[in-house]
Amino acid sequence: MAQKLVVIGAGMASGRMLEHLFDMAPGQWDVTLFNAEPRGNYNRLMLSPVLSGDKTYDQIVTHDDAWYAAHGVTCRFGESVTAIDRDAQVVQGANGPVPYDALVIATGSAPFIIPLPGHRLPGVVAYRDLEDTNAMIEASRPGAKAVVIGGGLLGLEAAAGMAARGAEVTVIHLMGHLMERQLDPAAAYLLQRDLEGRGIRVHCKGATKAILGEARVDAVLLEDGTVYPADLVCMAVGIRPETRLANDAGLEVARGITVDDQMRTSDPAIYALGECVEHDDQLFGLVAPLYDQARVLAATLAGDQAAFRPIQTVTKLKVTGCDLFSAGDFADAPGREDIVFRDPGRGIYKRLILEGDRLIGAVMYGDTADGAWFFDKIRSGADITADRDTLIFGPAFAGGAQADPLAAVAALPPEAEICGCNGVCKGQITAAIQGGAHSLDAVRGLTKASASCGTCTGLVEQVMALTLGDGFAANANPPMCKCTDHTHEDVRRLIKSMGLKSIPAVMQDLGWRSVGGCASCRPALNYYLIADWPTEYRDDRQSRFVNERNHANIQKDGTYSVVPRMWGGVTTAAELRAIADAADRYAVPMIKVTGGQRIDLLGVRKEDLPAIWADFNDAGMVSGHAYAKGLRTVKTCVANSSAVLAPRIRPAWESGWRRCCGGPGRPPRSSWGFRDVRATAPRRRARISASSAWTAGSRSAWQAPPAWTCAKPCRC
Amino acid sequence: MRTPHGCVAIFRTADDRVFALDDRCPHKGGPLSEGIVHGTSVTCPLHNWVFDMTTGQAQGADSGHVATHPVRVQDGRIWLDTRAMRRAA
Repeated sequence: MAQKLVVIGAGMASGRMLEHLFDMAPGQWDVTLFNAEPRGNYNRLMLSPVLSGDKTYDQIVTHDDAWYAAHGVTCRFGESVTAIDRDAQVVQGANGPVPYDALVIATGSAPFIIPLPGHRLPGVVAYRDLEDTNAMIEASRPGAKAVVIGGGLLGLEAAAGMAARGAEVTVIHLMGHLMERQLDPAAAYLLQRDLEGRGIRVHCKGATKAILGEARVDAVLLEDGTVYPADLVCMAVGIRPETRLANDAGLEVARGITVDDQMRTSDPAIYALGECVEHDDQLFGLVAPLYDQARVLAATLAGDQAAFRPIQTVTKLKVTGCDLFSAGDFADAPGREDIVFRDPGRGIYKRLILEGDRLIGAVMYGDTADGAWFFDKIRSGADITADRDTLIFGPAFAGGAQADPLAAVAALPPEAEICGCNGVCKGQITAAIQGGAHSLDAVRGLTKASASCGTCTGLVEQVMALTLGDGFAANANPPMCKCTDHTHEDVRRLIKSMGLKSIPAVMQDLGWRSVGGCASCRPALNYYLIADWPTEYRDDRQSRFVNERNHANIQKDGTYSVVPRMWGGVTTAAELRAIADAADRYAVPMIKVTGGQRIDLLGVRKEDLPAIWADFNDAGMVSGHAYAKGLRTVKTCVANSSAVLAPRIRPAWESGWRRCCGGPGRPPRSSWGFRDVRATAPRRRARISASSAWTAGSRSAWQAPPAWTCAKPCRC
Repeated sequence: MRTPHGCVAIFRTADDRVFALDDRCPHKGGPLSEGIVHGTSVTCPLHNWVFDMTTGQAQGADSGHVATHPVRVQDGRIWLDTRAMRRAA
């Protein structure tokens, strides 16, 4: 046989409690629900969207008739309870008594109406239920004048709602700034600015003296003499627990009906929850603790153990476009510090209040996305010392820039794969390092990690840094240039492994940061591409440095220096004569013997370069490649080697050319091209350098006098 | 290109836009026409000053300005507006 449960008040708390109860103990209780309002449970928090027109009443109903029917709830809506007979355990309703085994008082709160002169005039409303809301909606015709007394959460929501419907709204607030219980002055300033931007007038430090009017509200008079005309006055200065029934029944009541941890009043058969209760000297007005109370009470009624523990609460203003968040304690007090972020231009303000190592409060305006994260920190009481530098920036930055960059790698288990190409896991790399491989190359040699595509090089280096500690000099290979993070070695490997065959392809696929690279990476990429794809890649002259293009070294004054090759520093009278003739013919201002055993003609004008090279070619001389980033010259000493070595260098060089093009021909002007010998595998050297020499010569229009170009386009 | 008022360097970018700047780096007079073009920038071959060809302003840590000249391409010919040069001269 089900016991009889009577619930007085169909608010949000009692609705939630009944839900829990029917879940936990279906059929255990036979419920009668009284509500003075002629309707069932609805989401009172959503009255603001109803007022502003964003929602309708139907959308905020939480429990409809079907729900009450399904759970066998006897609804006594629109009927107020007049008395509770505790001895007989009977509730006296306006339409008749109901006996109870257990009684729940959930009468909520009543708006506090200041007993000002005129407070009973028609047109003065509170902001508590649907009737108030409808009255405000009706009064909010465009052009109508409304005054809201009270600049707290409720008052501002009322003001914003009426303003959204076109009314001319004035908010009168007694304190120095709006929402002083939730906001500090700086955040309140931003809020006030936003509200004023919506046409709401805000009058702080305004004490209302009287509400004026004859048959109806006419105006509001302040102590300072200001008069605001008003078609409607909404008084939203606060609420107080509705305790009249409990008082009359002789229950223990302080500010609210006092309850214990099980929500039991001083009468063990009577419980209370919601805004009408006082627990541990505390009153409750926000929904989160009320829902907790509902859960505890349902459990108690179902015979389970549960205890109510008040939790920290969060305030959010439900005004579209005003993002406001307030949680915890933010009053100034000794021993408290704040971290403030302020961007008035964008209307963003954040303030965190610290006490010792803990976050105890947060106020945010304009950007409240991180509110939940801060609230969690407040609730958990976590030590925030480590995050303090970046705390205000929220979770996006938490442990970000400031944290140990190696943490992610350190967290990897030994079997985690580091190098996907070669299937090398972290443990193998660690073992190799501990086995003595203390350089990246050594690790590559032993494990093959990062030896293929190279994209995991950074990871391998991090593993090394972790394993070796301070002994590892990270980033020993600097990036190629500021356009990329890849090193020269990485880029060369990636060009090959990814089959990149043009400069734009390299820049796209390897994520170049700049458009078109820079003066540093373009020549390098051009060279690497020539080296790797000699038959497919076309030399990009525009990616060559001026000296390479002009086969001479540019000087400070814009002229060029011309250096013919001189094998081992050994020359002949004919060559010297050709040099002297050229110097005369082109008015070379300076002739200098170089440190590399050659003769340098300085001060040649650019327009003379083709002709001077043509003359040298005719005399059998080629460029000394004084501009090459590679081997330029071989010095010899006459005592032992010049006589022996120098005669051998030239034939060796020329035979290389002959081998390449298969014909006698004259030596190309470009050098053998021992460029970048160190970076090229020995067996590839001939092919790379010969092709690069060929491209350098043949693709230049004027720079390609006949003797310089191989007659057959050789592709060796 | 030589003009009565000094050499003008004509550049074509990778996306076929044409720019004309004085062929003289404000730093040490380097020939910008021999520089390497990347994006809409050119790097002077002497000391690697980088200039934005759309404005003539030096980029990065260097500060300086190269005169730019209006150009248009018509029927494959590049036309250079020399009026500003004459006024400056």
